[in-house]
Amino acid sequence: MGIIRASKLGFDYFRYDEEGNEEEINRAIDGVNLDVKAGQFVAILGHNGSGKSTLAKHLNALLVPTEGTLWIDNMDTAKEEDLWKIRQKAGMVFQNPDNQIIATVVEEDVGFGPENLGVPTEDIWKRVDESLEKVGMISYRKHSPNKLSGGQKQRVAIAGVMAMHPQCIILDEPTAMLDPNGRKEVLKAVRELNEQEGVTVILITHYMEEVVFADNVYVMDSGKIVMQGTPREIFSQVDLLQSYHLDVPQVTLLAHELRKEGVDIPEGILTIEELVNALCQ
Amino acid sequence: MIRDITLGQYYPANSILHRLDARTKFIGTMVFVVSVFVFHSFFGYGVATLFLAAMIVLSKVPVKFMFKGLRSIIFILMITVVFNIFLTPGEILWHWGILKVTREGLVVAGKMAIRLTYLVIGSSLMTLTTTPNQLTDGLESLMKPLSYLKVPVHEIAMMMSIALRFIPILLEETDKIMKAQIARGADFESGNIIQKAKALVPLLVPLFVSAFRRANDLAMAMEARCYHGGGGRTQMKPLKYKGRDYLAFLILAAYLAVGIVFRVVGL
Repeated sequence: MGIIRASKLGFDYFRYDEEGNEEEINRAIDGVNLDVKAGQFVAILGHNGSGKSTLAKHLNALLVPTEGTLWIDNMDTAKEEDLWKIRQKAGMVFQNPDNQIIATVVEEDVGFGPENLGVPTEDIWKRVDESLEKVGMISYRKHSPNKLSGGQKQRVAIAGVMAMHPQCIILDEPTAMLDPNGRKEVLKAVRELNEQEGVTVILITHYMEEVVFADNVYVMDSGKIVMQGTPREIFSQVDLLQSYHLDVPQVTLLAHELRKEGVDIPEGILTIEELVNALCQ
Repeated sequence: MIRDITLGQYYPANSILHRLDARTKFIGTMVFVVSVFVFHSFFGYGVATLFLAAMIVLSKVPVKFMFKGLRSIIFILMITVVFNIFLTPGEILWHWGILKVTREGLVVAGKMAIRLTYLVIGSSLMTLTTTPNQLTDGLESLMKPLSYLKVPVHEIAMMMSIALRFIPILLEETDKIMKAQIARGADFESGNIIQKAKALVPLLVPLFVSAFRRANDLAMAMEARCYHGGGGRTQMKPLKYKGRDYLAFLILAAYLAVGIVFRVVGL
């Protein structure tokens, strides 16, 4: 039994005209089935408008499915009474680092979640220390978030979620607004949380390089899950990926093109080293 | 222009005033404001000046920061002074046409100028020595009794602290939009006041749109972190009065007593 399970999930965005009649129904999620085991690193890929962010909001019960059911740790997200428990279990990090930091001091922002949960004061301090330590931001605890770089802000946001002691953390394009260095910082922090703390990670992104380390990859297109498998399985189907408007990592693309030209190397090469090894055999 | 406002500009230093509880400082400021109106002789203002000067020295904040806040009220200050000088009836010292300067007018104008200046310096002193967060926490705790009257005290405090967090972000954004528009030929500098105000409209529209988008995102982020109002919330930094706060209250009480005694005696 996975920590996150979805069965035939569907969600419609309604658009109303001025009189309040339904003008248009947009199917953002369509028949999605998910099963994520505790401790996994799962990536969800898709181009803009593929429904991946909508799916992310479901995992945190910010949106409730119009069809099907979603269970987080065996709690149905459609049930009002489990709402806060679900949000504590499945923390969420958003795309824009500025729009999710609430407090004017780093440590107070990390303490915001535990405060909402009603954690006693001394425990809040302990949790804040631990979480800031985990993402390597402890030396910035007294700083104003306005003076941090994008990657640092995003790490503070991750610490803010970690302080709520979630079992699972959902990152909705956390690196989309960051520079390459910030992106690396954030991904490193996320991988360490997954490996050392055993937190289940759901990474939603359209950067293919970020999913190379995932245990399992889902590819979404127009609300449906169209591909699923390990990164190697996914990346060995370059043409199919490109038909979903996704770019494979450059190394994989190069390997794919070489193979097409008759060079004898396997499909689904993910890193430069692998390509070097394959070519030198 | 916008950056001149001292309100909410914390000056970090390690002084007794910085370490006082925000509630003490808030009540202290209130007491000082009241005292400025209780005193009504120049001798009384002398006492208030001494008190204010002592606080400024204790705060370890450079004096020039105190006067920065005055810049924003200089216009109001001048209007008040001018109106009081010319419009107070009494013994005429000098007149030209219908304009006349009276002895009483000069006295009232002087007092008003002192009161306004001290009001601003007094409140700047509080904001300079208290972080905005401490201030909102303090206000929230001071207004707690109002929540029995169904006043959403916690929500008001939360709104204030979020506003404080977003002021620099929105300022930066204004700057960005301005530069983007200047790069495409917008003119914010020339023309009279009306033309300048009109030039600001295309600046305000994108700023508002982006502020709403931010508000939406932030609300979602807060909900995702289990925010559901003040009920059942604990505090990371709960407020607690310490010895120095009780001492400060004693000094304040003595100061206010002096003011009342002066008033009664008629000094």
